[in-house]
Amino acid sequence: MGREELIYNSLVDIAGEDLVSNEPEDLYIYSRDGGTTKPRRVDYVVSPKTVEEVQKIVILANKENVPITPMGGGLTLNGLVIPVRGGIVIDMKRMDRIIEVNESSRYVIIEAGVSQGALMSYLKKNYPDLQHSMPEAPSIATVVGNLLIRGHGSLSQYGDNSNMLNGIEVVLPTGEICQVGSCSTSPHWFSKGPLPDLAGLFVGWFGTTGIVTKASLRLYPRPEKRDMVLFATQNPDLIPDVICKITQTRMADNIGMMEQEKPEYMKGYQFIGVIISGDSEEEINYKKKVLGKIPQACGDSENKVTLLEEIPPSSKERFLEEPPFAAVAADFRKGGGFQYCGIMMPIEKVPEAWRRGIEIAHKHGMLFQCANQVMSAGHEVMFGFNYSFNRADEKDVERAKKAMEDTNKLGLELGGIPWKADLQAQKQIVEKMDPNTFELMKKVKKLLDPNGIMNPGNWEG
Amino acid sequence: MALKDYKDIIHRCFRCGYCKFTSDYSYLGFNCPVYSKYRLESYSPGGMMWLIYASLVKGELKPSKHLSQILYSCTMCRNCSQECKFKFNEDIVNILKAAREEMVDKQLVPQIVGQFLTNVYDYGNPYRELKQNRDNWAENTEIKHYEKGDEFLYYVGCVGSYDTVSQKAARALGSVLLKSGLPFGFLGSREVCDGNEVDMLGEKGLFEFLKEENTQIFKELGVKKIVTLSPHSYNALKNNYSNEFEVFHYTQLLRDLVKSGKLDVSRGFKAKVTYHDPCFLGRYNNEYDAPREILTAIPGVELVEMERTKENSFCCGGGGGNFYTDILGSGKDSPSRIRVREAHDTGANILAVACPVCMMMLEDALKAEGLEDELAIKDISEVMNAALL
Repeated sequence: MGREELIYNSLVDIAGEDLVSNEPEDLYIYSRDGGTTKPRRVDYVVSPKTVEEVQKIVILANKENVPITPMGGGLTLNGLVIPVRGGIVIDMKRMDRIIEVNESSRYVIIEAGVSQGALMSYLKKNYPDLQHSMPEAPSIATVVGNLLIRGHGSLSQYGDNSNMLNGIEVVLPTGEICQVGSCSTSPHWFSKGPLPDLAGLFVGWFGTTGIVTKASLRLYPRPEKRDMVLFATQNPDLIPDVICKITQTRMADNIGMMEQEKPEYMKGYQFIGVIISGDSEEEINYKKKVLGKIPQACGDSENKVTLLEEIPPSSKERFLEEPPFAAVAADFRKGGGFQYCGIMMPIEKVPEAWRRGIEIAHKHGMLFQCANQVMSAGHEVMFGFNYSFNRADEKDVERAKKAMEDTNKLGLELGGIPWKADLQAQKQIVEKMDPNTFELMKKVKKLLDPNGIMNPGNWEG
Repeated sequence: MALKDYKDIIHRCFRCGYCKFTSDYSYLGFNCPVYSKYRLESYSPGGMMWLIYASLVKGELKPSKHLSQILYSCTMCRNCSQECKFKFNEDIVNILKAAREEMVDKQLVPQIVGQFLTNVYDYGNPYRELKQNRDNWAENTEIKHYEKGDEFLYYVGCVGSYDTVSQKAARALGSVLLKSGLPFGFLGSREVCDGNEVDMLGEKGLFEFLKEENTQIFKELGVKKIVTLSPHSYNALKNNYSNEFEVFHYTQLLRDLVKSGKLDVSRGFKAKVTYHDPCFLGRYNNEYDAPREILTAIPGVELVEMERTKENSFCCGGGGGNFYTDILGSGKDSPSRIRVREAHDTGANILAVACPVCMMMLEDALKAEGLEDELAIKDISEVMNAALL
């Protein structure tokens, strides 16, 4: 029996025939995503159901020295779960159990394949007083995948979603099953514990240090009512001050910003949407009243911020919908291709990012479209430069790819850092990184993954 | 439309995955029956769209038997078209059908699909049964053949005519219609396959042939109104045949007969009943109320809904010819077994259906799950027949 056949048969023994494939059609789908990343080779795909099956796959991969790439929803659009050096893609979505909800300590323990939509639906039905921070991703995105790439969601007042992680179960690259957080020492998954923060060994590593199979995620009280306040300005220089004043009120669940050049009437306007919540109309109205005074304190008669008293229903729906239908932006060009460059940056860099982002989009023959999110109390902003393209037109794909590269470069130049960085952006980041930091990353990787089987090619500089 | 007519649309799918869910993202699982079974992205509606584009439009992949296996695993339940958020959603199932037409042209259909189509061509049904046996289900009943002047043609379809489980439903409906006093009759050996599955499997030419044959017979006999046992027949006759016939699914007719007092259900039927929406009645033809109105009109029936119901209903796995081809296969994660477990979870003792295909699929699943002592599959016509005075 040849090595390829042996690996295939071993995977079938582990997961079952229907859940393993090395057929070109199945591999085709796993070799590409909706972004501009060029397709890369995949040799096998397997969809395990249990942590023990994942463990067996990891042991097999070590024995046969074949790369493995764990995949959640596969929606980063940056090629992070398309193997760089071939091997096995582990589609985690069959591990989809919601194991426990602790109402007192407000957390949920889930398996790695639970989708955002499924968790939202489960909580609404069974625990209507609780919610999780729902990202602006399609509902098929996995909760754990989002945590591991430092995603963010509808409750960004509490920071990005990885801040909401209490603990994880992880299969290490050498096959051991390991628990991290309070669950390592206690039956309860209530916090990371007063322990060394080992979760950091797996968050932001793009599956290069282990396969997370379970996670405990913090839940938050769900208020009775949600509403929003919408501001607009034509001067991006005012934005840091506006954000600062909004966060100073401590009334925003979430702050989003957007601009798009189409339709024409939106061109040149930056919109700031503030999601608020409360248990009564009085509470909502009070928050609206306080936030409504902010424009008076910002800018002057020439450069002003306007409170939009009458919000068009479609805009309101766009901001308040649960889950948010962010994918609508992806169809801007009606071409089935979409990628965005999310740059995590300090708030004061937003005006320059805005202006130069427009220049980059126009340079590459694209319309400017951005969607940004403020984290915590204005501690950080995810500035998202969106590039919708026609995947049937190779020139258009190439234009979007070039725009992405230029945008990542801009982000780093402004002191920001590309979020969920693709291979090109990883390289750009590493070039700017303190060499000792990168050496530390390499040492950690070598220690955890001595055979280099975990999603190799990522974070290699 | 042919696949080339979708060339400006087909690449627009992002694989964003809304098509896999119900409208409320039910945590019970995914609502695409194929993806629920296989759980590889290639078997999701988006995966299929990308594969069709790659193989039949762009030429990146050579059309193959495995591609054919993937494309023919789809039950055409239309959940994807309903849940896709984009404007091209209506085209998803049409694109898949057009791709199947190409697979037929390239002679790349799975062997079992080829067998289905050949049988329909040769015998007028997929079972290789003789035409004269189409009468057998009505033996020892008073249900008669259609005669000129009858108000309704009772179109039974292949599954109700030949499948021994579904024949119970065919007889029960015949019995109910007799009790209503409506002048009706069935075609028996003159009936030909309605072609709904043939159309779904991409054999356009054969579908047109069947349509013409049936239409000719209907015209010869002066048929004006048709009542169908199967939602599959209803879909084909109502939406794809000439509009000179008025077509009803039997639940619509029975609902009206109960309302008008021509059927008296006051004898009642004591049972806790849950109802499974057939895709070709619900998602294809937006009829969710008639079956429920019948059930709730029957004294003693306590109707309880499953978690996934109406437009969110989960397909039994039998559509698109899968009741015969069985490409989706059996096993714990097969759609019919998932659905039977869901019905069992309601605490109902009757799982009511309004489709002979659903009936045979769920009956098999019930046995596989070992739930025969706790749950029974019954067609709504059987429930009604028992309730009639």
